Amino acid sequence: MNRKAVWFGFVFVFAMLLGAIAQAVEPVKIGAVFSVTGPASFLGEPKRNTVKMLEADINRSGGILGRPVEFIVYDDESDATKTVTAVDRLIKKDRVAAIIGPSISGNTLAVIPKAGAEKIPLISCAAAKKITSPVHPYIFKVAPSDLLAAKRIFQDMKNRKLAKVAIITASDGYGAGGREDMKELAPQMGISIVADEVYGPKDTDMTAQLTKIKGTDAQAIVCWGTNPGPAVIARNRVQLGIKTPLYMSSGVASKKFIELAGAENAEGILLPAARLIVEPQIPADHPQKKVIVNYIKDYEGKYKQPVSTFGGHAHDAVGILVQAIKDANSTDPKAIRDALEKVKGFQGTWGEFNFTPEEHTGLTEEAFVMVKIVNGDWQMLK
Amino acid sequence: MKSQVLRNNAWLLAFAAVAALPLVLPNDYYLTVLIVGGLYTILSIGLNLLMGYAGQASLGHAAFYGLSAYTTGILAVTYQWPVWAGILAGLALSSLVSYLIAVPTLKLRGNYLAMGTLGFGVIVFIVLNEATSVTGGPSGFTGIPKLSIGGKEFSSDLEYYYVVWAAVLLLFALSRNLVRSRMGRALRAIHTSETAASALGVDTQRYKIFVFVLSAFYAAVAGVLYAHYVTFVSPGTFGFPTSILLVTMVVLGGMASLWGAVLGALFLTLLPEWLRAIEHFDILVYGAILVLCMMFLPGGLAEGAQKAWDASLSLFRKKGAAAEEGGGQ
Repeated sequence: MNRKAVWFGFVFVFAMLLGAIAQAVEPVKIGAVFSVTGPASFLGEPKRNTVKMLEADINRSGGILGRPVEFIVYDDESDATKTVTAVDRLIKKDRVAAIIGPSISGNTLAVIPKAGAEKIPLISCAAAKKITSPVHPYIFKVAPSDLLAAKRIFQDMKNRKLAKVAIITASDGYGAGGREDMKELAPQMGISIVADEVYGPKDTDMTAQLTKIKGTDAQAIVCWGTNPGPAVIARNRVQLGIKTPLYMSSGVASKKFIELAGAENAEGILLPAARLIVEPQIPADHPQKKVIVNYIKDYEGKYKQPVSTFGGHAHDAVGILVQAIKDANSTDPKAIRDALEKVKGFQGTWGEFNFTPEEHTGLTEEAFVMVKIVNGDWQMLK
Repeated sequence: MKSQVLRNNAWLLAFAAVAALPLVLPNDYYLTVLIVGGLYTILSIGLNLLMGYAGQASLGHAAFYGLSAYTTGILAVTYQWPVWAGILAGLALSSLVSYLIAVPTLKLRGNYLAMGTLGFGVIVFIVLNEATSVTGGPSGFTGIPKLSIGGKEFSSDLEYYYVVWAAVLLLFALSRNLVRSRMGRALRAIHTSETAASALGVDTQRYKIFVFVLSAFYAAVAGVLYAHYVTFVSPGTFGFPTSILLVTMVVLGGMASLWGAVLGALFLTLLPEWLRAIEHFDILVYGAILVLCMMFLPGGLAEGAQKAWDASLSLFRKKGAAAEEGGGQ
């Protein structure tokens, strides 16, 4: 009997304490949905880590509007239905002021009707152009559209006086998007597509497609996909002795690609990439130098693993959102939305962000620099 | 006698509870979860008729779910069909395709049937992925209108909750009558031994095709309801992992038990949502719970629920008896 009373006392005091803490200051709640597991985990995991790291940083330096901030991160397992319930939970149960993510385009498109109808601002970390065009008042994104990366590649080709291109794209969301963008953009930029090949994302040999391309008069090859496909193409190209310059998409802008392809096969490949991966080569007076250096230092210090440009999207989304909340001086979703449209000159890891009511993707093609792979490392081109 | 009446009509009580549930839910997020749970319940009841009762494996069930979802979506958006016409076309197409698939594949047995249906599921997934100009390809198909019938649009989650659960109720009642009829007995006979069943005069091929098409029709109903609820479809939702999830729901819930199908579907929809509270470890705990369930409840949740019910009844009786005895001392 006595023991029971003691236990009861303990529980009671503990509950009171919890109650007191909960009442102290109501934190600013921000939701996040990333594909931490599943096929797209290479995108989601660094984003989750980045958000958790920034949460601690922001709270150490006094929070937002004098209140601590709480990021509620859910894993959508790279699945559209799970994303819908996760976003619903954030909006209706956790009552967040805004949402960051999802990390892939399909999942973002799945929740746009939901976030839009509930009038909660959502900053997607995915790239598809369809997310922000047509513009939806509550939907923003921080990842530059693939169209901008394609534009960068074609500009580089024009500088080298190459006008005929063969494209080889993966048959997944990313590859199909790039293919569409390139076919739309090429005529506008005076480039003709002489071969249009597609490969399955899990294929292990692309010599058939490359042999076809070899038989055309293409002056350059552009490959659009994420690992491991492009690495196979880089290897097959060397095996077939193809000397035509090879461009890759920004989807392989990580050391993993060079590792998979082998440095000798990756030699000379050109690709558009975020400045983050060529940090030591950015001039010290560049406006993004400081933010990139700090992000790399903090992230690699905390997680003991190399930083990725995908985590950079989450970093920029958090920064932009925090600034909008401060500008609005409110955590009301409508006020945050209005403030988001007015964010100008924000320096993120990916570049300078400028939002307007007509433009909900803050970046231009300046976000990408052209990079060449030399001796198994990145070399930024002027 | 009284308990017999109760037992026979327990399902009506359960659905009355479903109807009243939204009144006590703390917030609307649970409605969304229950809508998704309702869709999985429909899928899992259908698959249980095929797997649990007739004993025919299907590892490609998500394909029928996807075919109808895409059909109604594409017809409504690209071809501007009215929503009801798109829905009927979706149901018809899924059923027709399932019939065409059933005729050759149901000649296969056991593992070969599983392989055949698995292959079909993969083919549908690839078509949804690659026919970019029609299906929108891997990044999905957007802009599907909300469900509307006769000018009434079901746009709020609450309205949709009732639509979905009305469908669940209807299909549950249909299945319940089916499994208690001559046909239900024939299906179970096929499950036990196909040879014996045909020796007893059961037209096994005809019954197998019928139950296959019926179960695809259930999946198609869930598919059209999904498309007009989420208003977006992408191939990932209808891939192989979904087919496996459905099989898990049937097995975990309890084979050859309609209540098992309901329990399995709801349990596997709700569990991940509860486990969100413990991030990082949720998948680990999820797996552990599944393993424990299968170890200790090989007959599924339905068997577990039955056991718990019996145990509590007998406990209650014992207590009552003990109290009477104790009163005398």
